[in-house]
Amino acid sequence: MQSAQTSFENLRKDFPILTRKVRDNKTLVYLDNASTTQKPNQVIDAITDYYQNHNANIHRAVYALAEEATEAFESVRDKVAKFINIKHREEIVFVRGTTEAINLVAYAWGRDNVHEGDIVVSTEYEHHSNIVPWQLLTQEKHAKIEYIGMDDNGELILDDLDKLLDTGKVKLVAFSLMSNVLGTITDAEKIIAKCKAKGVLTLVDGAQAVPHMQVDVERLGCDFFAFSGHKMLGPTGIGVLWVRKSVLETMNPFHGGGDMIREVHKYETTWNDLPYKFEAGTPNIADVVGLGAAIDYLSKIGMDNVRQHEIELTQYAIEELSKVKGLKIYGTKDISKRGGVISFNFADVHPHDVAQIIDEEGIAVRSGHHCAQVLMERLNVAATSRASFYIYNTKSDVDALINSLNKVARLFKL
Amino acid sequence: MSSNADIYHEMIIDYSRNPVNYGHIENPDVTFHDSNPLCGDSIDIDMKIDDNTVSDIKFHGKGCAICMACSSVLTEITKGKSIDEVRKIDKTDVLSELGLEHLQAVRIKCALLSLKVLKSALYSYLGKHMQDSKDVDKLKEEAANLY
Repeated sequence: MQSAQTSFENLRKDFPILTRKVRDNKTLVYLDNASTTQKPNQVIDAITDYYQNHNANIHRAVYALAEEATEAFESVRDKVAKFINIKHREEIVFVRGTTEAINLVAYAWGRDNVHEGDIVVSTEYEHHSNIVPWQLLTQEKHAKIEYIGMDDNGELILDDLDKLLDTGKVKLVAFSLMSNVLGTITDAEKIIAKCKAKGVLTLVDGAQAVPHMQVDVERLGCDFFAFSGHKMLGPTGIGVLWVRKSVLETMNPFHGGGDMIREVHKYETTWNDLPYKFEAGTPNIADVVGLGAAIDYLSKIGMDNVRQHEIELTQYAIEELSKVKGLKIYGTKDISKRGGVISFNFADVHPHDVAQIIDEEGIAVRSGHHCAQVLMERLNVAATSRASFYIYNTKSDVDALINSLNKVARLFKL
Repeated sequence: MSSNADIYHEMIIDYSRNPVNYGHIENPDVTFHDSNPLCGDSIDIDMKIDDNTVSDIKFHGKGCAICMACSSVLTEITKGKSIDEVRKIDKTDVLSELGLEHLQAVRIKCALLSLKVLKSALYSYLGKHMQDSKDVDKLKEEAANLY
């Protein structure tokens, strides 16, 4: 795949930030893509163009700018539908990000459907955003949150799910399609099939998966699906919640305000159509436009190519990191079951120290609990270092990481 | 040299590898725990207090090299001092001991977590054993505003 590799190298010119120097004139090696990704000129330009040429509020005014702004905004709903295969555009709600999407579901669906004694199921490798909203909900409702456990290979123990489903009390199973710490790709179709057989709804957190692989929501068959724009080349502050129409139609509003109403009178209000009922107030129009540009950019590359590039890179990184004495990689080494996220610890050196020392060489990795403290407890570590890849990363980025780790070894006399 | 990696000098590495006063005290007169929510560093301090003097102090927990080294130094400074003297310990006492006066903002909380725990521990102890509550409240404020 020589040519594919070369074309990925060519993408780097679209990302101005990758040329800058950091610290002591070191070239930036950005390996924190599971946290947020860098933005190509195409996305930055789309946002600038929107503000310079089309800015107006949407859905209301009749003048030319408003029409253009509305068209620019609504056309992204169609792009999202096409990108992750959603049949009905009115099932797509724009939100601030995955966190807001899950909170919306916990509030607008959860409060009417989860009652005393009920169970909401999460997993041991969830991000806090797919745990805390359910804790808040279940505490309020005197319901319970339970977890699908994780085995030592970093994969979910589906027997746990069977046992929980057998109680007959489970109302929702919420899980991520890809772990933000271990990169494990969840066997979502199996989980959803089990839940469907018991009439239990499922929520899939796609924040880590959508940027890195082809996702087909229709085929998954879940009931709620969420992802964020900023982890897939798009701007911060924009994300998507998809809800199956038959469920969305039963839900009460999340926020009240403008745009979500049909008629407001002194003592009663009727709601706007889907999805506007769930989009109160002026939305983040410019960043929706930016998300559209990000989708265009990724679609042009092709998500299967993105996945293939990351498989090659992750395979190489795991091989090279495994050669570093005293370095422990968490999660499965079966590349078909993981994305481009590698969490590791280096001997007994604390991840913050690792991250700070390699930062001097221009290497940006994340250190800490990665908003997954339940998982840190399960792994029995306080923190990990995490390198995560995207389309613009190359094997030489991996080499730079490995080189910088030698400095850690030298300083800590490993 | 102002390189951030310069903070990883011999003393820091040694203290983090072989922390001083690390462990638990049986039946401490006061014990306190705190953590840094962003990085997950977590420190407990146990103290024995006799005749208004810290006769023994130990810490345990999880943290980076900066956190471990500063906790070691802090307990060394504290041990054997009177309560009044311990109350006067401030962040420069800890940071200067390890040459960390110019530590970047994101790491300062690693360095000062144990001092925060110490001040909170003293507040908790004095709250139980002293009458002058206004004076004691100052300690709580100091702990809260450390970083």
